[in-house]
Amino acid sequence: MAEILVLVDHVDGAVRKTTTELLTLARRAGEPAAVFLGSGIDAARETLGRFGATKVYVADAPELNDYLVAPAAEVLAQIAAQANPAAVLVPSTPDGKEIAARLAVKLESGLITDAVDVAADLTTTQSAFAGGYTVNARVTHGTPIITVKPNSATPEPAETSPAEENVSVSVSDAATKAKVVDRAARQATGRPELTEAAIVVSGGRGTGGDFSAVESLADALGAAVGASRAAVDSGWYPHSHQVGQTGQTVSPQLYIAAGISGAIQHRAGMQTSKTIVAIDKDPEAPIFAMADFGVVGDLHTVLPQATEEITKRKG
Amino acid sequence: MKIVALVKHVPDAAADRTFNEADHTTDRTNVDGILSELDEYAVEAALKIAESGDAEVVALTMGPDAALDAVKRALQMGADSGAHVADDALHGSDAVATSAVLAAAIQKIGDVDLILTGMASTDGGMSVVPAMLAERLGLAHVGFVGELNVEAGSVRARRDADVTETVEAALPAIVSVTDQINEPRYPSFKGIMAAKKKPVETWSLADLGVDAGTVGLAAAWTTVETVTKRPERTQGEIVTDEGDGGAKLVEFLAGQKFV
Repeated sequence: MAEILVLVDHVDGAVRKTTTELLTLARRAGEPAAVFLGSGIDAARETLGRFGATKVYVADAPELNDYLVAPAAEVLAQIAAQANPAAVLVPSTPDGKEIAARLAVKLESGLITDAVDVAADLTTTQSAFAGGYTVNARVTHGTPIITVKPNSATPEPAETSPAEENVSVSVSDAATKAKVVDRAARQATGRPELTEAAIVVSGGRGTGGDFSAVESLADALGAAVGASRAAVDSGWYPHSHQVGQTGQTVSPQLYIAAGISGAIQHRAGMQTSKTIVAIDKDPEAPIFAMADFGVVGDLHTVLPQATEEITKRKG
Repeated sequence: MKIVALVKHVPDAAADRTFNEADHTTDRTNVDGILSELDEYAVEAALKIAESGDAEVVALTMGPDAALDAVKRALQMGADSGAHVADDALHGSDAVATSAVLAAAIQKIGDVDLILTGMASTDGGMSVVPAMLAERLGLAHVGFVGELNVEAGSVRARRDADVTETVEAALPAIVSVTDQINEPRYPSFKGIMAAKKKPVETWSLADLGVDAGTVGLAAAWTTVETVTKRPERTQGEIVTDEGDGGAKLVEFLAGQKFV
């Protein structure tokens, strides 16, 4: 069976859940082979084997850390040229999509982004027009390159002892033109990543800049915190938490919108969520039209009461 | 210096967007088109650089006749000239082909120092064309830029992607921006009048030396097999808070097994 390359998403060897989802999907279509770029393989090996990687390609070089994604794309292309895989799966993160884009040009291959499912025959499923449509597509030329969104599969263990192959890295001058001079550490909020979370609680203009009620409810539910563009533009919450057309697209099991009117800009980022709950003072807010449950009221009283009730029930 | 702002004409996200039934391509005829919102930030960023130094701004688009409106909008905002790649053979082109055509157009414009565009289009939304262009042109690409400084032949940018990074790259380079970088201006009456006199070039694939057989739907490296409209979301129960809104909310969550 042909290999399916899976680009591992990790922080210093701590493998992110998206990778185990991709390995699970890859198993449907072939033999999952993980591509681990950068340092930290010792911390990652066990997880990759547990989720069915039959092989691990390991490449490490300072260039992979010192420059934006171009060196990673070159190394991945070198591995793909050698392995001749049936497909390459890449996480739909900002870096992952850039790597996939460069890889498509290098390998002269078709590219599909933001898949939420990949079938055994490599047919993909994704949302279009802000979740208004579901599209099935297929790559028809070259090695299919598919970026897959977080939460697209339930990771299923399949214990293997993967063979490991160290890949020597040669990076061209063209790939070392965007130098990273400073990189902030991933913020340890103790909350799940926005795009990976099963539950998201978001705040908007109605918070008035005070996200404490939103954060407390999120913590009671084990949820990630999101923010509307109005809240981010006002400087109330970081842009990395922005849900909407010009921010992140999320599709959790439960999405709670607090003090968010539900302009198209915001709906585009969350309307494929399984269950939607809205809290807003304005009974005419468009968000209520798409809510499975809504409370017309002030989030500053409704949310703390809900948080207290949840804490009480948890005992 | 010479700056190219890549501008895409897209169906208005506020309208009821749809696909052409026959070939599953985006319906660009029956839905009003606008300049993709994220590209407005790129145009604004280009204009700001031009205003603080000596630079000309060229707005470049690819698309059917109506796509010229995206260039016009950029000219009204203050870009100096426009270029429009229009060719019937382009219909249904995928991102890989689009990047090849835009790369050829950028080479035809010539001596370009900086290419600016939005972090994604608001229709296809793949967010991959800037990186593909960088790959084709052998340039640096800095994406998801929320803050940009251009000086002495290089760019220094704050990139808000998986984590926040500060990135430096020598010019020429490609930079794609987020909606955090600036507040795009509305065209003034003066700007709208001035735009009418600004030069716009229209190029066919032949003008760019691109083989028409390598672009368009038939040459695309991906194919859409089915498109299905998702059922509209329906409104559930809406209650008014009478001192028990939070408790009712938790009752609902418990009923759905979230609590």
